[in-house]
Amino acid sequence: MSIRIYVPSDTTARALGADRIAAALPKLAAEQGVELEIRRNGTRGLYWLEPLLEVETESGRYGFGPVKLRDLDSLLAAKFWLGEGVEHPLALGLVEEIPYLKKQQRLTFARLGITDPLSLDDYQAHNGFKGLRNALALSGQAIVDAVKESGLRGRGGAAFPTGIKWQTVADAPAAQKYIVCNADEGDSGTFADRLVMECDPFMLIEGMTIAGLAVGATQGYIYCRSEYPLAVKNLNAAIETAVANQLLGEDILGSGRSFQLEVRMGAGAYICGEETSLLESLEGKRGLVRAKPPLPALVGLFGQPTVVNNVLSLAAVPFILDQGAQAYADCGMGRSRGTLPFQLAGNVKQGGLVELAFGPSLRELMFDFGGGTFNRRPLRAVQVGGPLGAYLPESQWDTPLDYEEFAKVGAVLGHGGVVMFDDSVDMSEQARFSMEFCVAESCGKCTPCRIGSTRGVEVIDRIRAGQNVDNNLALLADLCDTMLVGSLCAMGGMTPIPVQSAVKHFAEDFRTNAVEEA
Amino acid sequence: MVTPESAGWEPSVAQAIIDEYKSKPGALLPILHALQDRFDWIPDGVIPMIAQALQVTRAEVHGVVSFYHHFRTHEPGRHVVEVCRAEACQARGARALEAHAKASLGVDYHQTTADNNITLEPVYCLGNCACGPSVRVGDEIHANVDAAEFDALVDALRTERVEVLG
Ligand SMILES: Cc1cc2nc3c(=O)[nH]c(=O)nc-3n(C[C@H](O)[C@H](O)[C@H](O)COP(=O)(O)O)c2cc1C
Ligand code: SF4
Ligand code: FES
Repeated sequence: MSIRIYVPSDTTARALGADRIAAALPKLAAEQGVELEIRRNGTRGLYWLEPLLEVETESGRYGFGPVKLRDLDSLLAAKFWLGEGVEHPLALGLVEEIPYLKKQQRLTFARLGITDPLSLDDYQAHNGFKGLRNALALSGQAIVDAVKESGLRGRGGAAFPTGIKWQTVADAPAAQKYIVCNADEGDSGTFADRLVMECDPFMLIEGMTIAGLAVGATQGYIYCRSEYPLAVKNLNAAIETAVANQLLGEDILGSGRSFQLEVRMGAGAYICGEETSLLESLEGKRGLVRAKPPLPALVGLFGQPTVVNNVLSLAAVPFILDQGAQAYADCGMGRSRGTLPFQLAGNVKQGGLVELAFGPSLRELMFDFGGGTFNRRPLRAVQVGGPLGAYLPESQWDTPLDYEEFAKVGAVLGHGGVVMFDDSVDMSEQARFSMEFCVAESCGKCTPCRIGSTRGVEVIDRIRAGQNVDNNLALLADLCDTMLVGSLCAMGGMTPIPVQSAVKHFAEDFRTNAVEEA
Repeated sequence: MVTPESAGWEPSVAQAIIDEYKSKPGALLPILHALQDRFDWIPDGVIPMIAQALQVTRAEVHGVVSFYHHFRTHEPGRHVVEVCRAEACQARGARALEAHAKASLGVDYHQTTADNNITLEPVYCLGNCACGPSVRVGDEIHANVDAAEFDALVDALRTERVEVLG
């Protein structure tokens, strides 16, 4: 009997050498007369342990990591394939007992790293397509009601209630409606959408199909950023399998209902994550932001009623339809129901995916899970919610992870990205980058955003050079106000958030070169 | 990667690609992606062909090509190396890496080395944010890239070129 070893296959595991290990390990083992069957799982999302090998045993999966090619000899010498009780510096014991994983509430990511991403059997053996089967027996309205009751709010950033959006589309009369999945995931520090698409693509297919049944849409598009080639590949493969098994396409599971799904690739424009810009892009145009109203729910793709949802919003739906709206709503605090898959990134010791019910503090996330900084220098600033999110100083780290609590301190949770910086960070440089990013990524439609960000870079350069610091800081504040009120979308409207938070909480970094003004 | 044989672009191949995608709703981006996958860039000459196939003006096609960072209007070197400039990578040393990349290659972003081997491009996040600095070459992503790792990567690409040329 051969022994089954799991070797992760997501982008980060590969970037850390997982493919080379998957190729070398069975050969080296065979030389010693040991037959190993290599299976490729996704990843557990415990990135500091990648590549994380797992040995399947009767008592569970035993982990070894982070494994480098040069470790394979000693792993084999220690007979790592026995799993239990193996003595080796990289031995981690039972993977599911690792506190980082055990302390999470993985509702959406229940299968992450357990299954082979492209195995339909694996997916169905772990509750896959149960939500869809339930949904096929329900009316569209009953599905919408379940999503409303779950309290799910959009995970793309704005946290708008998903059920209410679906209701609007369901109620709009039209011959053709669309489900559009926003998989542009442009925020630095985020990779949860990528994990869904690379490691559990059937879940997104299932969620979108349920959305189609709910609102009466028969065509879906996944707009995936071009920076994610593996996600595109896995999605296309999973779609093909789902269609071949009548779980997608015509006459789904003999129900007479149909839903077609196609993956489209973005082209390196951050603004195309903004939903109306995304729709323009899908229509084959420049990604210029549209004025709202009309809402995309009423006048969306090709002028038709359209649900635009983030990957994580749609990926939460199969759980809700399988385990019930209440099971989802039971997690969380206040008006933030369910879980948010946080992503620990930047200068963090234990980076990775941390799916948690809303409520714990940012500090708990960064220290209990993240373990502090990667290089052991003191943590100084944290940007939460992507490039348009605030930088939080230590005085704000006890803020609970909750949409409303974050809003109270002028911050956002956004898509759940947490980027940690040590004390070597120069916050005036970070503020400059926020403006520079806006210059590079503005769609150009409105002046405060397009010109304001260019001026912003210039003003911050003068401040950094120590020129008229007080006057220039006042000018920067005015500029931020103008962008805030005068921008059509949150690109220009929220760029001031990281800038202003840097100025407010890290004022000393803006005066490094200041000469005392008389 | 562009081998010497495919370095040019053949109008008949471009036309076949355009014809394959032109009846999709919102066909322009899929067409541009397919063309760039094939030729490594969007040659000027394809613009009127696309405009005609989609019944739009050349200016509209051109506007779309220039709007998106991903589409290249100049032929790149044999390899495109993308360095992540975004915040999570900055927090792990991406600023130093980007300075090293430019200095060691002797180019700025969007430029190609004198031996036509490497085109350097910025990218804003590759989704590898827990293990940066991140670099993309082709469809491969590299994690924890410091200056030494970058040099090793570039050396490997240069050697590969010698192999290709036989
Ligand atoms: C500049 C900008 C970039 C955005 N980028 C993304 C993105 O990459 N992914 C995403 O899901 N939403 C993004 N959004 C939010 C979308 O506009 C929209 O709110 C979201 O797709 C709605 O889905 P949800 O309700 O499921 O969150 C962005 C918004 C702005 C203003
Ligand atoms: S705020 Fe910026 S990105 Fe948004 S519509 Fe205006 S110019 Fe475009
Ligand atoms: S910020 Fe560099 S990979 Fe995400």
